Amino acid sequence: MLTVLLLLWPVAAALLLHFFKGRAARVPALGAALVEFALAAYAAFTFNANNTGQFSYNLNWIPSAGIQFAVGMDGLSLLLVLLTALLVPIILLSAFRRNFENESVFYALVLFMQTGLIGVFTAQDAFLFYFMWEVALIPIYFLAGVWGGVNRARITFKFFLYTIIGSLFMLAGFVYLYFQTGPSADGLSAHNSALTSFYSLNLPVDTQLWVFWLIFAAFAVKMPIFPFHTWQPDTYTEAPAPATMLLSGIMLKMGIYGCMRWLIPVVPLGTDAWQNLVLILAIIGIIYGAIIAIRQQDVKRLIAYSSLSHVGLMIAGVFSLTQMGMQGASIQMLAHGVNVVGMFFIADAIERRTGTRNIADLGGLTRKAPVLTVCFLVLLLGTVALPLTNGFVGEFLLLAGVYQFNAWMGAVAGVTIILGAVYLLRMFQRVMLGPDSSFTETFTDLTGAELALLVPLIVLLFWIGLFPNTFLHLSEGSVLNILNEVVKR
Amino acid sequence: MNSIILLSVLGLGNLFLGFRRSNRLLLPVMMLILGVVLTVNFIDWNQGAQSFFNGMLTIDNFSVAFTGIVLLTALVLVPFSQKYVLDGEANLAEYYSLLLFSLVGAIMLVSYNHLLMLFLGIEILSVAMYVLAGSDKRNLRSNEAALKYFLMGAFFTGILLFGMALLYGATGTFELSQISAAVQNPVNASLTPMLYIGMLLMLIGIGFKVSAAPFHFWTPDVYEGTPTFFAAFMSTVVKTAGFAAFLKLLVQAFPAASAQGIWLPTLTAMCVLTLLIGNVGAVAQTSIKRMLAYSSISHAGYLLIALVAYNGQLEGASANGILFYSLAYSVATVAAFGVVKLVADARMREDYNGLNGLAKTNPLLAFSLTVSMLSLAGIPLTGGFFGKFFIFSAAVENGYIGLVVFAVVMSMVSIYYYLRPIIAMYMRDAEDETTATPVPVTTFQSGALLLLAALTVLLGVLPGLVAGVL
Repeated sequence: MLTVLLLLWPVAAALLLHFFKGRAARVPALGAALVEFALAAYAAFTFNANNTGQFSYNLNWIPSAGIQFAVGMDGLSLLLVLLTALLVPIILLSAFRRNFENESVFYALVLFMQTGLIGVFTAQDAFLFYFMWEVALIPIYFLAGVWGGVNRARITFKFFLYTIIGSLFMLAGFVYLYFQTGPSADGLSAHNSALTSFYSLNLPVDTQLWVFWLIFAAFAVKMPIFPFHTWQPDTYTEAPAPATMLLSGIMLKMGIYGCMRWLIPVVPLGTDAWQNLVLILAIIGIIYGAIIAIRQQDVKRLIAYSSLSHVGLMIAGVFSLTQMGMQGASIQMLAHGVNVVGMFFIADAIERRTGTRNIADLGGLTRKAPVLTVCFLVLLLGTVALPLTNGFVGEFLLLAGVYQFNAWMGAVAGVTIILGAVYLLRMFQRVMLGPDSSFTETFTDLTGAELALLVPLIVLLFWIGLFPNTFLHLSEGSVLNILNEVVKR
Repeated sequence: MNSIILLSVLGLGNLFLGFRRSNRLLLPVMMLILGVVLTVNFIDWNQGAQSFFNGMLTIDNFSVAFTGIVLLTALVLVPFSQKYVLDGEANLAEYYSLLLFSLVGAIMLVSYNHLLMLFLGIEILSVAMYVLAGSDKRNLRSNEAALKYFLMGAFFTGILLFGMALLYGATGTFELSQISAAVQNPVNASLTPMLYIGMLLMLIGIGFKVSAAPFHFWTPDVYEGTPTFFAAFMSTVVKTAGFAAFLKLLVQAFPAASAQGIWLPTLTAMCVLTLLIGNVGAVAQTSIKRMLAYSSISHAGYLLIALVAYNGQLEGASANGILFYSLAYSVATVAAFGVVKLVADARMREDYNGLNGLAKTNPLLAFSLTVSMLSLAGIPLTGGFFGKFFIFSAAVENGYIGLVVFAVVMSMVSIYYYLRPIIAMYMRDAEDETTATPVPVTTFQSGALLLLAALTVLLGVLPGLVAGVL
């Protein structure tokens, strides 16, 4: 029931937000997001890590087709629900820094998207999962399309088309699997679409080989994995900062989570056959993203490519099919969410003050804004995976997992850390150090409100870095279950 | 049956209201009539099959459900004719009565049991439409539309009649069940060529009415010229009733494997062609009305999939699929035509750029058109998604995987043209004075648009309300 509450509350709040106009919508929107966070935190405290599948709720959604509104959380879901519930208030707060037209609609869309995201992370029925997958897409399309930059119409159109075509393939895969299942529990339908029935399908290898690609198409576009990534840098750059944070902080985790929950255990033999190919693509993405990031002049674009590179490593970890790799991906999803949102916030703070994101136009911010410098550096070192920070735990486990699968791949993937240091420190050097430019002459430091927004992120950054077990503990059971499904066959 | 009688009587009564000088009573009365008939219609729900006129008409759950859809569509469409009331249109009572009469035709189409009733239904429906297509008498395009629709319609009615005559010659009956028996009777083997030609001619006749390719050529021109209000009626009520009639004909008269061997490939070919022409044609349009016309062709294509994939009984997965799809499609289409009409009336233009900046001037219109475009494109959270989902899964279940793959590819194409109005409304700014001024919308119309959007979302969130009722 708690899960249902987590799902319904944001959408209810989004609808109620229409009674507030403009700036007046800020407080209620933030309040709603904080309530949601409190709910998620309550779920985390009452969660029993030794048990999987808690807070379940089942409703016969479409009885004649055996489709259930089935939601529930295991440790992995809970981690991502927590991440979502934590990041949304921060993203809303960051949006308050800017003046938007139709603010209340903007916040309503963010909250609406939260329902979709939490739905994706908690759905236990294939069609509900697909449904929520698209529910999360529609608001972000409008967020990026209406409030974005100059080229928004063209770029968000590309984004929408890419993702929806990917997810239609996934739907086709689900429909195929659906017709392989047995009758629903109540006997009203000849088939059902429950996650557990998908797990127990035992399809022949030949079938799994192509079903894998149908389902993977949606996740590949969303994460994105090379070569399905071409929508990503443009969309991240053109979207307004809060939408970029939603996309990079939470939405791309939908793809990784999807692989872990809806792909690998459902078609284990297919995964086994394509494992090497996916790993190679992921590693190409790691190197490719990093090399392009080195050449970027636009701060936002640079972070976008760095995100592509980091996601590549998470995909590689998941597809190494080792406990370490998967655990690494779980915790890195959390860490990456925290770091990338922080980085995009700093980029946005700089852009708001100077009116430019061009690295060449910036310089000398350290003297003007010491607090901003410290925050930026901490987040940056987290992204570079320095020990004691969250990035270290995640990337270490991920690399260990990939290394366990194949030492060479592990070695090549490890380059990500070096390259990451190169492009991030280069950016830091050009933006924060060096002489002032005409753009940065009147630069002011972070305000108290902005700092208040970054503090929770930085606390979490160190928390994950110093006590990773708080979170690893949560996802361990789920990861073992997933690997069990794979080993069984 | 009650609904047919009520509609005819009240339709006649409605004509007398036209003698009054003022139009103000007409709209509420029209809505009242439709509301009453809609309610009365559902008295027959779950009452079992009732026959009328010596078994020429059968009222069962199938016909009640489809009657419900056409009446509901008419009910939510009527508020968009308010401009006629405000402008003091002289012939409004006649228009409304013609609509009511055409609904009688639609109800006959969904409950016929005898080819004579099929023919009468089609004619009652069409003749009213011929008149209404030309109702904008001073507009050349409207005249063109009426003439085109009438000439083509008359021609295809001839083909339909010819088909029926051949069928009668081959089987000696007009009754659906008796035709079915005669088709399966080996004694008639020598007559089969005549029978099959008759059957094919009937498919062509009905195919024209639902604008299935290659008999679709009239659709874009007629929709463009016809006053938008009536074009919306054409693309919803006529299509819904036409498909129900189509399904009845195939299921009740030609279920025999030998007959299926002929109509199945024909329909499959029509289906593929319709999907292709509808979707690719819509991409190239610059006028929204023409885009909606092509889109209505493409939706005929999706509905044809349900016909191809029907699994033997009238009230099965296919009928449920068609029912859900027509409902979702009608609701979304009425909203789309409604918004296009309001915008076109105010801005005097029907191209995409006429919508520029609508999100700023009229957020409600923009929102409503967005919901309906997403529904027509089949994006989840809207009824259109589950409509496609049910039809496609019925087809997959019966082994038409290739056809579904093609349809899915075509619906990917459709996303392109359904997003264009959304992009124009939300992501482009007004270009001149006319597009920067808000479009006048009455509270009544706002209410109708909100209701339609709510219905679309309701169907998309709780599809169980309608899915599987048959």
